[in-house]
Amino acid sequence: MNPRALIQAVSDRFAEAVIACHSYRGDATVLLGREFLLEVARTLKVDPVFQMNYLMDLTAVDFSAFESRPSPAFFNSSGVAVGPRPQIPDRDPWPGPPGPARFVVVYHFFSLPLRHRLRLEVPVDEADAEVDSLTSLWAGADWLEREVWDMFGIRFRGHPNLKRILMYEEFVGHPLRKDYPVNKRQPLIGPLN
Amino acid sequence: MFGDAGFVTSRIEEAIGWARKYSIFQYPFVTACCGMEYMATACSHYDVDRFGAGLPRFSPRQADVLFVVGTISHKMLPVLKRIYDQMAEPKWVVSFGVCTCTGGFYDNYATVMGIDTIMPVDVYIPGCPPRPESVLDGLIKLQAKIQAQHASGRRPQPEPRPEFER
Repeated sequence: MNPRALIQAVSDRFAEAVIACHSYRGDATVLLGREFLLEVARTLKVDPVFQMNYLMDLTAVDFSAFESRPSPAFFNSSGVAVGPRPQIPDRDPWPGPPGPARFVVVYHFFSLPLRHRLRLEVPVDEADAEVDSLTSLWAGADWLEREVWDMFGIRFRGHPNLKRILMYEEFVGHPLRKDYPVNKRQPLIGPLN
Repeated sequence: MFGDAGFVTSRIEEAIGWARKYSIFQYPFVTACCGMEYMATACSHYDVDRFGAGLPRFSPRQADVLFVVGTISHKMLPVLKRIYDQMAEPKWVVSFGVCTCTGGFYDNYATVMGIDTIMPVDVYIPGCPPRPESVLDGLIKLQAKIQAQHASGRRPQPEPRPEFER
C-alpha cells in the first residue's frame, strides 16, 4: 500500500483511535490515543492487509522546548537552506508538533512481505507518562522501551524488565529530557569534570 | 675491574631501559572508532612490531602499557580504573585520540573529559582519530621516556617550575 492508502485504511478501521494523520515527505504518520496503542499494533502485525511484522524503531520526542529557542545558526551560516526556499512552495509542509502533550512516543513499523511502512505517534503527558508495552508483540521492543525509559522517563506498562539500559543505575534523572541541564555531570568516580 | 660500583649501576640501568622500550606489551582498551587507526597501525603496512610493541596482551597483569583508545564514558570509567590498578609496575598509559585526551567534541552527560582526570598519562596522541604516523611518533616518544627512567620504574622528577607554582 502507498502512504495515503495506508493512512486511509488505518483511519477507517480505527476511527475513534486516530487523533490526526499526515504524510510528510511520503512517510505515513498516524497519531493515536494511547489507550488504543496495543490494539492497533496487534492488528497491524497480524492482519493480512497490513502484515507489519517488523518493528524498525521505537523512540520518543520531548517537545517541551520546541521553538523556545532559535535553531542553531550552523545551517544558515554555512549557506545550506534549512527548509525549502520561499520561492519554491512547499506543497506538503510539516504539520508541527502534535498538540499540547509534552512527549510523543514514536513507533516505526515495516512490512517485510508487503514492503510498506507506517509511523505511529502516541502523545503522552508529563504527569502520567506511561504507555502500553509492545514486548508481548515484538520481543525487540524490550531494549528499545528500556532506552526510552532511560532517556526520557516514559514508563511502559507490562514491560518485563523496565530498568536503565544505557546509563548506570546510580544516574539520577533522564538526560534527553529538555529540562535536564546540559552541563550537569554525575560521574561514578573521579572529579566532577 | 669493577672497582667503581657506580659505573656498573649506570650501565645496568641503561640496559634495562633498552630492553624495556623494545619489548612493550600493550593492553589495548579499545572502545570506539580510534580502534580502526589502532588496528591500521598494528597491521603490516605500518607494522608496530618494528618497535617491539607488536604483541598485545589481553590481561592487564601481563601488560606494560595501557593504550586507552576511544571515548570513555562515565559508566565505563570504573572498569578502566580497575584495569589500570591491576597492571603491575612499571606501567605506562598512552591516551590515544582526542576523546581520551580531553573528551574531544563531547561535552555531555555521558563522557569523561579526559582520562587524566583519574590516572596519570604518559603520552597524549591527539587526533580524531590520529593517523598511524602520529601513533608511531607517540610510541617513539614513549620509548624515549621509558629509556630515561630509573630501573625501578620510578619516573624522573619533573624539573622545578617555580613560575607556575603559586
